[in-house]
Amino acid sequence: MNREYDVIIIGGGATGAGVARDCALRGIKALLIERHDIATGATGRNHGLLHSGARYAVNDRESAEECIRENMILRRIASHCVEETGGIFISLPEDGLDFQKKFIESCLAAGISAEAIDPKEALLLEPSVNPALIGAVKVPDGSVDPFRLTAANIMDARLHGAKVLTYTRVDELIIENGRVVGVKATNTITGEKSEYRAQITVNACGIWGRDLAAKAGVTINMLPAKGALLVFGHRVNNVVINRCRKPADADILVPGDNITVIGTTSSKVPFDQCDDMYVTPEEVELLLREGSMLAPALRYTRVLRAYAGVRPLVASDDDPSGRSVSRGIVVLDHATRDGVEGFVTITGGKLMTYRLMAEWTVDLICKKLGIDKRCTTAETLLPGSLSSLEDCKRTAVSSVGAKSSAFYRHGSKAENIDSSTAAKRALVCECEQVSVGEVEYAVNELNVNNLIDLRRRTHMGMGTCQGSLCASRAAAVMAGTGKSCSAKAKADLQSFITERWKGMSSVAWGDTLREGELLSWIYDGVCDLSNKNQKE
Amino acid sequence: MYQYSENNLEQCTKCTVCTVYCPVAAVNPLYPGPKQAGPDGERLRMKSPLFYDESLAMCLNCKRCEVACPSDVRIGDIIQSARIKHSKKKPGLREFTLANTDLVGSMATLVSPVVNATLGLKPVRHIVEGVMNIDHRRIFPKYAFGTFEGWMRKQRKVQAQFTKQVAYFHGCYVNYNNPPLGKAFVKVMNALGYGVQLLDKEKCCGVALISNGFIEKAKKQAQTNINSIRKAVVEKSLPVVATSSTCTFTLRDEYEHLLGFDNRDIREGIDLATKFIYNLLCDGNHTLAFNPDAPRIRVAYHSPCHLERMGWTPYSIELLKLIPNVEFVKLDSQCCGIAGTYGFKKENYETSQAIGAPLFAAIEASECDYVATDCETCKWQIEMSTTKKVLHPIEILALAIGH
Repeated sequence: MNREYDVIIIGGGATGAGVARDCALRGIKALLIERHDIATGATGRNHGLLHSGARYAVNDRESAEECIRENMILRRIASHCVEETGGIFISLPEDGLDFQKKFIESCLAAGISAEAIDPKEALLLEPSVNPALIGAVKVPDGSVDPFRLTAANIMDARLHGAKVLTYTRVDELIIENGRVVGVKATNTITGEKSEYRAQITVNACGIWGRDLAAKAGVTINMLPAKGALLVFGHRVNNVVINRCRKPADADILVPGDNITVIGTTSSKVPFDQCDDMYVTPEEVELLLREGSMLAPALRYTRVLRAYAGVRPLVASDDDPSGRSVSRGIVVLDHATRDGVEGFVTITGGKLMTYRLMAEWTVDLICKKLGIDKRCTTAETLLPGSLSSLEDCKRTAVSSVGAKSSAFYRHGSKAENIDSSTAAKRALVCECEQVSVGEVEYAVNELNVNNLIDLRRRTHMGMGTCQGSLCASRAAAVMAGTGKSCSAKAKADLQSFITERWKGMSSVAWGDTLREGELLSWIYDGVCDLSNKNQKE
Repeated sequence: MYQYSENNLEQCTKCTVCTVYCPVAAVNPLYPGPKQAGPDGERLRMKSPLFYDESLAMCLNCKRCEVACPSDVRIGDIIQSARIKHSKKKPGLREFTLANTDLVGSMATLVSPVVNATLGLKPVRHIVEGVMNIDHRRIFPKYAFGTFEGWMRKQRKVQAQFTKQVAYFHGCYVNYNNPPLGKAFVKVMNALGYGVQLLDKEKCCGVALISNGFIEKAKKQAQTNINSIRKAVVEKSLPVVATSSTCTFTLRDEYEHLLGFDNRDIREGIDLATKFIYNLLCDGNHTLAFNPDAPRIRVAYHSPCHLERMGWTPYSIELLKLIPNVEFVKLDSQCCGIAGTYGFKKENYETSQAIGAPLFAAIEASECDYVATDCETCKWQIEMSTTKKVLHPIEILALAIGH
């Protein structure tokens, strides 16, 4: 096996995937290493908001400009990951309208279209919005699916020759003569240890990048800022709703796929909590209280689950909330900064600017490697992204729900889903309309190792029942593809159900608690998944 | 008190017991079942109406999913509301003819011998199938010569002599096809010391208009009925009693859930004949003089879906059991498959008969003399598909107190 590369990228979030794709498109031989699955860190733990940049316009003009540029690029290159919902910034009586004026001016100055509309028009545009609003501004917000976006980048990187290793942990950086020349890594599934070498190693580990840098003796001051979010059971709103005031807690409500997300909180957390975060009752209460100011229906809408991510902010001051820190992109060439050659860190930024972050990083790589190749990621469509899906849709033969859902998720790539027989069209996940054919496509084409990976690629188990009904079916289909055996399937089911319950437990009241009971009756009571009744 | 929220679908835990009890899903694999068509599908339709699937027309609106649901999700209502809101299929001549029971009925009763004889002819039924897509194997209910309302007008003075009164919602079927059932009801009520009067103005309850996509017309008729019933219940303090279980269900529940009317002030004033009479017989002040010479008959009771949805099946059963000459047989509760106008449509015929097949077999095996049921369309289906004659429990009761 060839273990020599031009570049090793560590971290399989949107940024790492973007760097791998950019390298591959410029003909640079790249290896991406991720210790878990793709999009498991901050990439998969945010609103999924396609920011217009309006939120940053008043305080951070540079971020706002980056956002709107990338917003327009993503609509084109990742049309199947983006939903053009539009957004509004509402002013409530307690906010007043002073901020609105400054807000519109700042948006326009940053190149973001911002149009004040009548509160009545806002209610027509988005009937769920708080009817007490006194003003509203329309902006080009949208929603973006971070899992799909990352998967599409990975897919394109591989199509252009990049190598991607998930479930591979970097144990140490190989440093020779003050220069990072590669990594020692362990496959966490097989336990196999390997060495990979490259001229440049890129640290795209998000908040975990501090620890990686430390392996090279480099210090990066990072500020882990936890952001908690709640997922509601269905779409409450079809237009993004923001609060028109200085950014604060729980003031963005995003419709994503079949659900709605409210977030976020912001609190400083110690580094040792970054790997395993729970959403506290106080955070849940705050999110519901503030969220229902945006859309009163949230007060009585079923909450599916809670989750939290860590913003990889690079500390520039000692602001305890982590909110006034710039969301700006930070590219560190450790050769010039710390005297360590062959090591680059890309951090800061946000999901919206992952592509630009990758562009800047690969520009630096090219400079260091003496390669003269221009970045083309802003023009080259990601796999699955096509301007019109109508032709593909007409040829597919599944039910309306499954067909529309598959194209919603995979864009034109949904053509590769086998729907030729009733058995392939049968649904695994009914809430999210995932067919047997789609599961098989994901397992065979999208680098799926377990049920949780499958969930990230297909939405299986992300609907109302949180996997109660579909997890066992999905495990059976996976076993049928030869990627699993019964013992592995059982362990896989255990970790999948545990992960689902973790998100539900913070919001386990009412219907979600009843759902949890059903989940436990099925998997513990009927299937004895926790081996309570097993005798050796 | 339990309050229906707009998002009743949220209570669904996806346990799928509704689909287990769905009569259509059991026989027609093309129907996705109530869970997917109802709460699952509605969640997708909230994202975009493009997720609406015309297969929802396969739902026969029996509401057995709602009876089965442990979470109180109004699954059938979600499906019917989605059809009302999203269906692109415009109702045609067939739907117009099947749904406009008042119009068609009032014309047919004028010339009923001709209509009955003609619709009984096989070639005519083939033409009806060709032109209207109504299955040629389907047997139409016979039209009466003269309406029940016409008979009641002549009864007015006699009925007014009773101090206690009920208002009778007779429905189209009694009016145009089966006036004897209405007359049986009047006979029983009179025997209990009640006079029977009609509502100021009665229109078809509209169940067929709703299921065939004539929503505006259904709303108009509902408004007329609600006004008349309100006058009886609120102003005159008269109980409104109906013999048809589906009419009763439509007036009480579908008006609110599907047509959006606030009928809470009159809902409890609308009662089903068997329930009303059973309660009278149990209150200690009312008795019926049964004819000791009435011949002993074996009666198998079939519980109509909408009666099951109201939870009132036991009243019809217990009333039949009170009749001395009746040997009672309870049939397992299952849909007969016709669901009003559903089974008339050519594309639904096979499904309709497949759903009813186990019931038909049970009826033949019961060795009954009569089948009893509170629903007229169940009666058509059972009479067409078995060798038995079907009577309403009130007709059986009237026979037992006859001379």
